[in-house]
Amino acid sequence: MTTDVLERSVTVDDEEERAFVTLMVANQLCGIPVLGVRDILGSHKITRIPLAPAEIAGSLNLRGRIVTAIDLRRRLRLPPASPDQPRMSVVAEQGGELYALLVDQVSEVMSLKAGSFERNPPTLPPTWAEFSSGIYRLDGALLVVLDVGKLLALSETA
Amino acid sequence: MDDLIADFLTETNESIADLDVALVKLERAPNDKETLSLIFRLMHTIKGTCGFLGLPRLERVAHAAENVLGKVRDGALAATPDTVTLVLSALDRIKLIVAGLAATGNEPAGDDGALVEALNATAAGQVPEEPQPVVEAEPLPEIEDLPTPEVPTSPPVMEAPAPTAAAPVAATPETPPQTEPVAAAQTIRVTVDVLEDLMTLVSELVLTRNQLLQLARSQQDNTGFTVPLQRLSHITSDLQEGVMKTRMQPIGNAWNKLPRLVRDLARETGKKIELVMLGADTELDRQVLELIKDPLTHMVRNSGDHGLETPAERRAAGKSETGRITLNAFHEGGHIIIEISDDGRGLPLDKIRAKALKNGLATEPELAAMGENQLQRFIFRAGFSTATVVTAVSGRGVGMDVVKTNIEKIGGTIDLKSLVGQGTTFTIKIPLTLAIVSALIVEAGTERFAIPQISVVELVRAKKEAGRSHNEAGSEPVIERINDTPVLRLRDRLLPLVNLNDLLALGNSENDDTGAHIVVAQVGANSLGIIVDRVFDTEEIVVKPVAPILRHVNMFSGNTILGDGSVIMILDPNGIARATGIGAGGDAKAISSSAAEALHTTELTAMLLFHAGGVQKLAVPLGLVARLEDIPRDKIEISCGSPVTQYRGKLMPLVAMSDSLDAEKPRQPVLVFNDGDRTMGLMVDEIVDVVEDRLHIELSGARAGMLGSAVINGVATDVIDTGYWLTQAWQDWFHRAPEADTSAPPRHVLIVEDSDFFRQLLTPILGAAGYRVTAASSAAEALRLREAGTLFDVIVSDIAMPDMDGLDFARAVRANGVWSKLPMIALSARADPADIEAGRDAGFTDYVAKFQRDALITSLEQCLAEPIAA
Repeated sequence: MTTDVLERSVTVDDEEERAFVTLMVANQLCGIPVLGVRDILGSHKITRIPLAPAEIAGSLNLRGRIVTAIDLRRRLRLPPASPDQPRMSVVAEQGGELYALLVDQVSEVMSLKAGSFERNPPTLPPTWAEFSSGIYRLDGALLVVLDVGKLLALSETA
Repeated sequence: MDDLIADFLTETNESIADLDVALVKLERAPNDKETLSLIFRLMHTIKGTCGFLGLPRLERVAHAAENVLGKVRDGALAATPDTVTLVLSALDRIKLIVAGLAATGNEPAGDDGALVEALNATAAGQVPEEPQPVVEAEPLPEIEDLPTPEVPTSPPVMEAPAPTAAAPVAATPETPPQTEPVAAAQTIRVTVDVLEDLMTLVSELVLTRNQLLQLARSQQDNTGFTVPLQRLSHITSDLQEGVMKTRMQPIGNAWNKLPRLVRDLARETGKKIELVMLGADTELDRQVLELIKDPLTHMVRNSGDHGLETPAERRAAGKSETGRITLNAFHEGGHIIIEISDDGRGLPLDKIRAKALKNGLATEPELAAMGENQLQRFIFRAGFSTATVVTAVSGRGVGMDVVKTNIEKIGGTIDLKSLVGQGTTFTIKIPLTLAIVSALIVEAGTERFAIPQISVVELVRAKKEAGRSHNEAGSEPVIERINDTPVLRLRDRLLPLVNLNDLLALGNSENDDTGAHIVVAQVGANSLGIIVDRVFDTEEIVVKPVAPILRHVNMFSGNTILGDGSVIMILDPNGIARATGIGAGGDAKAISSSAAEALHTTELTAMLLFHAGGVQKLAVPLGLVARLEDIPRDKIEISCGSPVTQYRGKLMPLVAMSDSLDAEKPRQPVLVFNDGDRTMGLMVDEIVDVVEDRLHIELSGARAGMLGSAVINGVATDVIDTGYWLTQAWQDWFHRAPEADTSAPPRHVLIVEDSDFFRQLLTPILGAAGYRVTAASSAAEALRLREAGTLFDVIVSDIAMPDMDGLDFARAVRANGVWSKLPMIALSARADPADIEAGRDAGFTDYVAKFQRDALITSLEQCLAEPIAA
C-alpha cells in the first residue's frame, strides 16, 4: 500500500508534498509515511516472546490491544542498542494486526517535496535496499523511506 | 406454561405474521411459486408442530388449510381471491386459537367443522359457496371480544376481490395485541452475533476492571476510589455472569437427537439399546455446545454400534439383553464433564494391536511394552477404526481422531477407560466457556507465562539435586536425572519433566535456591511436569490469538493482558509435549506401563498364522511381515516364467508357498516382505489370525523353508524360514555386497541370543551384510568363548535371557578380560527410554529393537567405525 503511494508520488509534479514521521535508527534518519502510522509510543514495557524470530522484541499492551514489537535495528541487521538507551516505537497496522517498530528516537513529522525524492542508489547496502523504497535529499541529511509492508513481512523472510 | 408451548407460541406468532404478508402477496401475484411454497411451508410447520404438541383443534384447521395450499401449489387450484380469503380466515382461526392458548395455556373449545368443511370442499375443487357457513361457525365462546366481523364480508369477494381480501388482513393486526404479549414478552430473538459482540466487550471490561483493581491495590493512598471501584467490580462480575447466561444452553439441546438415533441404530443392528441421559439440564456455552454436538453424536453411535453386543452375545456373557448407553453431564471445578459409557464388550485390545501394527503406528516390540490404556488410546489415531465391517452406521474410517481433534480445539480433553467384557467409558472435559479461561500464572527465567487451568493437574514442590542423599530428606521429592533428563518420582511413577527455562531458551534463571516448582500437566493420557521458578496466582484471562508472524511457535496457544497491564504468553501444554516428544500425536509411550506388565509381555511375540497347502497351520513373526495384501487374481501376471504383480508402481515377485495353492480363487492373499527397496510377496491360501505367544521353536526343520515347529496357541505350528523364501524371490537377497570395502577382512560378530529363531534369523542377515558371525545361545556360552580367548570385533546380545541376562552379561564383559573394550549392542523387544538407559548403564554401546534389521546394521557400522566409547 505504501509503495503504491510512493511510486505515484514520483510521477507527480515536484512540488507535491508528502508527510513522513521521521525517526532515527543507529544514527540514520529514516521516514515512514505518516498515513501508515497509528501511534507513537515512548518507552514501553515489552514482554519477551521466547522462541520468536530474533527481530521480534516482544509484545506490548497498547490500550488493551496486544501489539507485536519488532526491533528495527535487528531487522536492518544493525548492532543492538545499548540496553539502557530509551527506545521509542512507531505503531503500524497490517492485516488487522498492530505492530510496533522499535527505533532509537522518533522526531517530527516532515512534509517533503516529491522533487527531492530519489530511488535507492545502487550502492545502498542490500540490508537497507531491501526495506527502503527511496531516499529524500534534505538539507544536511538524507532520509531513507522505509517500506513498512516489507519490514513486517517477517514470516516470508524469517 | 410448558416451555414447549411457549416456544411454539413464539414461533407460531412469527409464522402467522409472515403468513399474513405472504398470503396478501400471493393474491396479487398468484403465480409466484416462491411465495406459495413459503406459505405452504409455514402452514405445514404450524400443523406439524401442533400435531406434535397435541393441539388437535389447531391441527385440524391447519391441516385443512395446508391441503388447500398444497393443491394451489401443485397447480390443481388457482390462487383466486376467494381461495386466499378462505385460507386467511383459516389463519384468523389459527390466530384465535393461538391467542386462547397463550391466555390459558390450553386450546379454547370451539367448533371448526364448518371452516374445515369449506376448506376441504375448496381443496376438492368445489365452487366455494360455503364461505358463509364458515362465518356462522365463527362465534367463539372464550374470546368474544375479538374482532371477527371482517370475515362475513367475504361473500362479495367474488365481485370485488382486491379491496375486500385486504380487509381481513388489515384487521389482523388488531387481533393479536390483546393476547400475544403473554407469549412474546418472554423471549426475544437476538442474533448470535450480537451476543458474541457483547461477550467480547464484557471480556474487555473484565480485563480493564482487573487492571484497575491491581492499580488500586498498589496505591494505598487513593481511598476515595476504593468504594466505587468495588461497586464497578461487582457490576462487572454480574454483567459478565449475565452475558454468559445469555449464551448458556442446557446440554440436553445437544442430546435431543440422540434418542431417535439410538432407536434407529437399535433397529438397524438388531440390538436392544437403552439410552440413559443424566444431567441434561447442565448448562454450557452455546459455542461450546455447537462444537461438541457432532463429536457426541458420533461417540454415542460408536458405543451402540461397536461397544454393545447383540442380545445373543449379551445373553451368552451373562448380561441382560438390553445394552445400556449412559450419558452423564455435570459441572466440576469450572469445567463440564461429559461421560459416555456403555456396558458392552469393551475395546478389543488384540484388534487394536493388530491394527496398529498393520497401519505402521507402532512396531511389535513397542506394542508389547505398552499398557492397556496406551493401547486403547490408539483409537484416537487417524484412520483407526477397528470395525471390520463398514456398516451404514460406523466404521467409515473417520472416527475418534476427529472427535479428539474437535474436543482439543475447544481446549477440552478426552480420556477413556475400558474393561473387556464390562464396557467402555469416555470422559470429556471441556471448559464452560471459551472466551474467558482461568489460568495459572508462573514464572521462568524472569518471564511470566499463563498455563490454562484445565490442563493443570497439580503443583508439586521438589528439591533440585539433593546431592546423593535422595529419599533422606523425607517428604519432599527430589528431581533425579537420567543422563541429564530430569524426572520425578511421584507416587511411585516416574514423571517426565521439562524445564521451561531450557525449553523456551530463556537463559539461566536467577532463582537458584534448591527448590523447584513443578506444574503437573495432563496431555492426553500422559502427565508431564513443567519445571518453573515461581508460581503466582490463578487469573481469569481472555485468550487472544498471537500475531500471524508468531504462529509457527507452537509452544503458545495465545497471549493475553494481565491485570497489571502486561502482556503474557499462554503456554500450550500440548505443544510442549509435542516439542519434547511426549505423547506425540496422542500415543503414549513414556510412562504408565508398570514394570510387571512390561516383564510379562517381553517374551511374547506376535505371530501371523496362515494356511498354505495342507492342513498344517504356519506361522511367521508379524514383525517380519511388512504388509498383508489381497491381490485380485487378474492382477497377477507372469514375467520370465514367474508370477509377479504390480505393487506400488513396481513389479513385485510372488512366490507360491506351496504347489497346491488354490489357483481358482478370485483373490490371492499375499504376505509382503520388504527390505530396502525390494519387496516380495509370499502367496498363501488363507491368512488366519494374529496371536501373541511365546515363540519357542522345538523341532529343527528338516524341510526347506521351515525353521521348525513351535506350539502356538496350544497347537503345533510350523514356523517358516523367511530367509529361505526371500531368496526364492531374489537369489541375492542376502548376498548383496555391503557398501563397505570388501578387501578388508570381515569383522567378527558375536551374537548372544537364547532364542533359536532369532539366532537363525540374525546369522544369515549379518552374514549377508559382510560379517563373520559366531552365535552363542547363552551368556555363559559366550563367556566360555572369552575364556577360550576368541576375539571379536563387536558383540550383539539379547537382553532377556534365562540364567544370566544381557545386562549382567554386559557387566561381566566390561568388568575384565579381553572383551572389556568391545562395542556391545543390545537387542531387545523392550526399547523404552528407561530400558535403553539401563542398557547403557550396564555397558552397552547401543540399543536396537528386535526385528529392526536396518537399525542393527547401521548400529554395527557405527560401532565399528568410531573408536569405542569407554
